[in-house]
Amino acid sequence: MTLLYSEVEEELRASVRGLLADRCPPAAVLKRIESEPTDLDLWKTLAGEIGVAGLLIPEELGGAGAGPAEAAVVLEELGRAVAPVPFLTSAVLATQALLPTRDALLGELAEGRRTAALAVSFAASPYVPGRGSSVTVDGEGRLSGTVTGVAGADVADVLLVPVDGDLYAAEGAAVEVVPSLDLTRPVATVTFARTPARRVGACDVAAVLRFGAGLLASEQLGVAEWCLETTLAYVKERHQFARPVGSFQAIKHRLADLWLDVVRARAAARNAVADASSVSVAVAQAWNAGVAVHAAEEALQLHGGIGMTWEHPVHLYLKRAKATEIALGTPGDHRAALASLVDVPGPGVE
Amino acid sequence: MNEAEIKERVAAFLGEHDPHGDRLEFLRARFDAGLAWVWFPEGLGGLGVGRELQQVVERELADTPQLNSGKQGIGLGMAAPTILAFGTEEQKRRFLRPLWTGEEIWCQLFSEPGAGSDLATLATRAVRDGDEWVVDGQKVWTSGAHHSRWAILVARTDPDVPKHRGLTYFVCDMHAPGVEVRPLRQITGEAEFNEVFLTGVRLSDDLRLGEVGDGWRVAQTTLMNERVAIGGAPTRRGGGVMATVLSAWREHPELRSHDLHQRLLSLWVEAEVTRLSGARLREQLAAGQPGPEGSGMKLSFAKLNQALTGLDVELRRDLGYDDWTFRRSEDVDFYGRGPGYRYLRAKGNSIEGGTSEILRNIISERVLGLPSEPRVDKDVPWKDLPR
Repeated sequence: MTLLYSEVEEELRASVRGLLADRCPPAAVLKRIESEPTDLDLWKTLAGEIGVAGLLIPEELGGAGAGPAEAAVVLEELGRAVAPVPFLTSAVLATQALLPTRDALLGELAEGRRTAALAVSFAASPYVPGRGSSVTVDGEGRLSGTVTGVAGADVADVLLVPVDGDLYAAEGAAVEVVPSLDLTRPVATVTFARTPARRVGACDVAAVLRFGAGLLASEQLGVAEWCLETTLAYVKERHQFARPVGSFQAIKHRLADLWLDVVRARAAARNAVADASSVSVAVAQAWNAGVAVHAAEEALQLHGGIGMTWEHPVHLYLKRAKATEIALGTPGDHRAALASLVDVPGPGVE
Repeated sequence: MNEAEIKERVAAFLGEHDPHGDRLEFLRARFDAGLAWVWFPEGLGGLGVGRELQQVVERELADTPQLNSGKQGIGLGMAAPTILAFGTEEQKRRFLRPLWTGEEIWCQLFSEPGAGSDLATLATRAVRDGDEWVVDGQKVWTSGAHHSRWAILVARTDPDVPKHRGLTYFVCDMHAPGVEVRPLRQITGEAEFNEVFLTGVRLSDDLRLGEVGDGWRVAQTTLMNERVAIGGAPTRRGGGVMATVLSAWREHPELRSHDLHQRLLSLWVEAEVTRLSGARLREQLAAGQPGPEGSGMKLSFAKLNQALTGLDVELRRDLGYDDWTFRRSEDVDFYGRGPGYRYLRAKGNSIEGGTSEILRNIISERVLGLPSEPRVDKDVPWKDLPR
């Protein structure tokens, strides 16, 4: 078990970062979020040329046969760019749900020819996996009910719907995108009305969400890193009182503390990949979700007035960070889980 | 040399030296066999091999006589690396062996009443007199001074140049006439540290470590090693101070509250990510990619220890204190004492070995590249600085 990055991971990082620098600078994200937030052209290149869509899929099923460690590095980079692509929703969550079934759809997802979304609320958690869903299946295998807060549904060709321990693939649901806190990853209400569906196999939703939560910690790390680095560059440049504002101890000490939080977020994210146990995932989420929010809040404050404007991209990061604090379990949910996982029982428990 | 070869070395050594015989003889032989600190050069207790092999040696020799890491801490962690880096061949041969075996204990004469965070402003004077130096001044926060044979000492040799340039580093003979050690009582009631008064202390020039005027650079080596020693120890999940709090928590359900539960869980997570960060740092060091993360470890541990020991006192709802008796303590008996003692002692964690404020300056300037505050003391001769 290692907490370091391998050479292969660093190479993958470099190609993703290079592509995002070229195709997905913050200004480009800002420009598209109010019209067509998800960048499917970028996704096609990421999936087709770099091959990120099939990282978790074994070679014999058409994937790259890599693993969570590689997917985590991609998420760090996507987080740094708040890239509006369906990697987490299709290539991580939906793919992970589908993997045990070895369904042929995996090959299409791996190539990026089709995109899927897991019809589970992004606000659900490994502890309350059914939050926001009322979907039932009838005797003819048709789905009815709604799921709120589904991420990636707007661009999904197929929805994967867990109902009572089974996974169904459905294509005819009504997907209504709602105004979302995170402009770069909008959520939708998905409605099934006797929608025909194909049962693809069994599904342990809680396990899928736990897997996703572990990897989400790497995306949060990327968000925090961008916020820290961008703020450092700004306070070195910005002069007030005839000095760079970054020369004032009041600012330096805050950034030193933030750096220390990010250093620990990196260790937590790598640990959740190296050892995907419930404890590691809960620790990574309990820590990294808060660090991403704190980093974005510090970035906004230390940018002063410009940080409050729509034209500066820091708000995209704040919104992403705050939305992922809720996604797949809040820090409090994960700490509550740790109470029993590591035997720190609350009052009234013997 | 690889792991198997070093194991053979240790086995051969154990074949020739009985670990159940005389403790000191065994330690001396271990030093002479190069198994004291394997990354040191041959002839100085080492084999000139990678530092990661030390843990193999420690594992293999776990059941043999061990060093007194508390009493020898300053010598092993701070004096030794500095002597190795800056000492003459003669100094290395004279000092390192008895330092390692514990025959000679070392202490540190750095801080002064007027020079804490701003160590470079220190006022203890060393004036040259032929082949000797005459030292006058007052040092403080010296642990173990009363049983030390030697001290590492920084003194001012030139007051006419800016403060960083007028310092020289010495080995101070603690048995020399004019060295007076007085216990310094702390908020815990005990005296773990001392004040050391130096009055006309004569040190021969061969006790100087490094060049005249180069004391600041030599001291940096010592201080970097101190911070690694304070913040770098590996722990297990839920270990250290957390283990103490958790055992009280588990044994006394009647003391728990919702508020304490939330805070304890948050601290548990923080302790765990800090532990993981330390593990990652050690992995980087072993892979030959030292990262800047080390600068943050002491800062993290200070904050965690203080929060946890404070929570421990609150949890137990005990208004008592175990013992206020004024006495010298040989070692810090952190876990043997009560929660009140731990709470008070942990307050020193963010002061000793560099205050947390100074560490944040170091991180922000050396790691994050932020500009320093405007300085008014850099180019002024030390004697003209306001004090």
